[in-house]
Amino acid sequence: MQLVVLGGFLLAGMAPLLHRWFGSRTPLLMAALPAGIAAWLLAQWPAIVAGEALRLEWAWAPGLDISLTFLIDGLSLMFALLISVIGALVLAYSGEYLRGHRDLPRFLVVITAFMMSMLGLVLADNLVALFVFWELTSITSYLLIGFNHTDATARKAAQQGLLVTVGGGLALLAGFVMLAQAGDSWSLQALVERGDALRQHELYTPLLICVLLGAFTKSAQFPFHFWLPNAMAAPSPVSAYLHSATMVKAGIYLLARLHPALGGSETWTLTLSLVGALTMATGAFLAIHHTSIKKLLAYSTVMALGTLTLLLGIGTPGALSAFVVFLLAHSLYKGALFLIAGILDHETGTKDVTAMGGLRRVMPLTATLSVVAGLSLAGLPPLLGFVGKELMFASVLDATAWRWLLLALAFPAAFLTLAVAAIVTLRPFFGARRETPRTPHEPPFAMLAGPLLLASLSLWLGLAPGGLDGLTNAILAGIGAPDAGVHLALWHGVNLPLVLSVASLLLGALVYRHWDRLRLALRRLDPLMARGPEAGYAALMAGLVSLSAWQTRFLQNGYMRNYLVMTLLVLLGLVGHAFFFRHGLAIELGLSVHFHEAVVAGLMVAGAVTACVMRARLAAVAAVGVMGFSIALTFVLFSAPDLAITQLLVETLTVVLLALVLFRLPRFATLSTPLERLRDLVVATLTGGLITLLMLSVLSGERLPRISDWMVANSQPLAHGHNIVNVILVDFRALDTLGEIFVLALAAVGVYAMLRFHAGEYEARDDGRTGGPPDG
Amino acid sequence: MVKSGTLILSVAARLLLPLQLLFSVFLLLRGHDEPGGGFIAGLVAAGGFALYLFAFGRHALRRVLRVSPRDLVGVGLLLGVSSTLPAWWSGEPFFTAHWWTIPVIDFKASTPLIFDIGVYLAVVGVVLTAITALVDTDRHDEG
Repeated sequence: MQLVVLGGFLLAGMAPLLHRWFGSRTPLLMAALPAGIAAWLLAQWPAIVAGEALRLEWAWAPGLDISLTFLIDGLSLMFALLISVIGALVLAYSGEYLRGHRDLPRFLVVITAFMMSMLGLVLADNLVALFVFWELTSITSYLLIGFNHTDATARKAAQQGLLVTVGGGLALLAGFVMLAQAGDSWSLQALVERGDALRQHELYTPLLICVLLGAFTKSAQFPFHFWLPNAMAAPSPVSAYLHSATMVKAGIYLLARLHPALGGSETWTLTLSLVGALTMATGAFLAIHHTSIKKLLAYSTVMALGTLTLLLGIGTPGALSAFVVFLLAHSLYKGALFLIAGILDHETGTKDVTAMGGLRRVMPLTATLSVVAGLSLAGLPPLLGFVGKELMFASVLDATAWRWLLLALAFPAAFLTLAVAAIVTLRPFFGARRETPRTPHEPPFAMLAGPLLLASLSLWLGLAPGGLDGLTNAILAGIGAPDAGVHLALWHGVNLPLVLSVASLLLGALVYRHWDRLRLALRRLDPLMARGPEAGYAALMAGLVSLSAWQTRFLQNGYMRNYLVMTLLVLLGLVGHAFFFRHGLAIELGLSVHFHEAVVAGLMVAGAVTACVMRARLAAVAAVGVMGFSIALTFVLFSAPDLAITQLLVETLTVVLLALVLFRLPRFATLSTPLERLRDLVVATLTGGLITLLMLSVLSGERLPRISDWMVANSQPLAHGHNIVNVILVDFRALDTLGEIFVLALAAVGVYAMLRFHAGEYEARDDGRTGGPPDG
Repeated sequence: MVKSGTLILSVAARLLLPLQLLFSVFLLLRGHDEPGGGFIAGLVAAGGFALYLFAFGRHALRRVLRVSPRDLVGVGLLLGVSSTLPAWWSGEPFFTAHWWTIPVIDFKASTPLIFDIGVYLAVVGVVLTAITALVDTDRHDEG
């Protein structure tokens, strides 16, 4: 399975090549991969439903406890099935939706990569692997939202989605590290069994906050909900796939997965219930403001994600089974509706529901599917959405904390959602026929296959929800409600949830009837809306930009002397602190100095002082050279030939480089004030003093066993070399050297780029006169 | 400034370049046992090329070098990284050294040597990149 997922990334990379060979048939061809995965997953269904969990071991970095082990239990089976089935449908669909689009190959690359990341996310058992896949979904989502990269709003929406989800991802990483520390394992399966220990742990609250931040941003919970509707700038198949059926549910998946490990505490219950209920109400309320069909659907997705969080917060077995059914129902109907929205957009050329009407005559099949999916969204019998909504009402009525507040938020959300369902499914297809920018007709079958399958599943599972009993019980066993023995049914008799459903049907119909007037009335709230969480995001971004501008001006102003002062001050602070406060000063001055050593040291001091006071530049360079060669001499005196040779060569090359730049430098001038020079003198003296003390202290006592003894002893037997310096460089500490040559290369690139830029300026100025072609 | 026509310099540079390159290879190969090694050898070679550059100008240097110094940096880094592959292939920790003896000349080849050659090329490339970039700006000043 791991190989299939990793191979999927390879397939993604090959998409442009395949597209060259197979042309417009490529998407159908590539859909075979998720379809095959779905078939394999279906074959595992009986075993999983019987209560088994499949564990596919795969070591990755065993020394760090990181594995690529996949875990297939009820929860991941359901998610993986949704991802692969809807993935196959979306691939087939997008082949028609983007037919002839010149960026189709790019689209296929990214969406296939996303599909594989998402599969990895829900299947991974290891926190690190999960996190890697989690971030991959954020990045691919960014590329997909910004698919129309010539459109500024799409780019902005993509960046917003990325920053919000990746910001949350950063918190999630911190949360995972704490989680692994508290639970003493990186494996989800092991962590889930240590729930009691985790909830008692002192890190519980901070780690819960971090994990929740990650999950809430990913799943667009209040107050981070704003990025999801903006993400509708993506092509419709992307919205159907990422922003309703799969990616936005990653946060929900994580919460469900960690429910047995972290859930059940008061913090968990209160936070999730409240945030979920607020998200529900916000999503449903904001939905009816909009007339764009995709925005309507996006806000109702926000509402649905809130519902799922709320149900996880309540956490009773009843609420958890409602969670499973609602999640499945939502993925089915919302995927179908987004695909239909894409069809409408594709066929009519507009996204505005108020501009469409009477389409059922030209698109009867699309209209039928739309009504079926819409009924499920509205939560009407006999569809799966109805089963989900009844269970949701029942669980809210069962909630232990803040029952009436939650109901007061959930009930309006339900009837507003019903109105949204009516708006998106009735408005375009019924009523008087309206002229649209394009003349619509039924789309090709590849575009209808998705809505057809998803809507039929909604209907079939609604009529016979008993078919989900096994899966639901298997999932419940995994997320903290074993032996729940749930039996799903369409009809529960007349009870309070049904009464609530009927009431929401009536109110929803009322809202739909007066939608146009209501929308106008709500316009007046617009100034208030402009001050919502999105304004906070904008302010944060502006603050970030000005902060980085300030710190760049302050720290990186381009003057060498400032960089030096900064670097030395940091060095002084950190090293000085560690030296004086951790180790204390202990120096024995018992050095015996030979005469020639004193001479060399005197030369160095003289060179340094001369370089500082000399006004002629060439003399200063020569003085620095004296210092450098004296250092080389020191190396020779203390028998370190490698260091001496290196020092000599570096000095030589420095002279070469100086020769090249020296005559280009401006005339010598005194630019610094006496005060600045005094500051520099203080910093330099302090640094020199600190390093001297450090050296003396190191030489005074053997605090630690010397590593060089080990190196000397093992250089020949282990590394077959007599030259210890070289053995250290290329064998013992080869990783350091590798890092160093990369830094060197980067420095060369920096020098080259900097000089080329200046050369470019000269060239632009000289072009008229010389006209020589730039080389290199 | 790089238009030196001094006879002594050009003759010296012409004679010294091959010697310096030979010496640098010598330093490189004996580095594991005696003073030397990739870094030092790279500096020696770069010094030789710099002398040649001063004597004959950058076009001549390009002809002698045949490749861009930046490509040398790239190849060096690539060699450095690829010296880790044998260990990876045999499932040992990162950077575990591998040794082979080449039969006829009784020469011990190893991944540290490959790595050292990578360091050598990277150092030569970096120094020459910086120097040629500086010389190129000079040309624009004059032009």
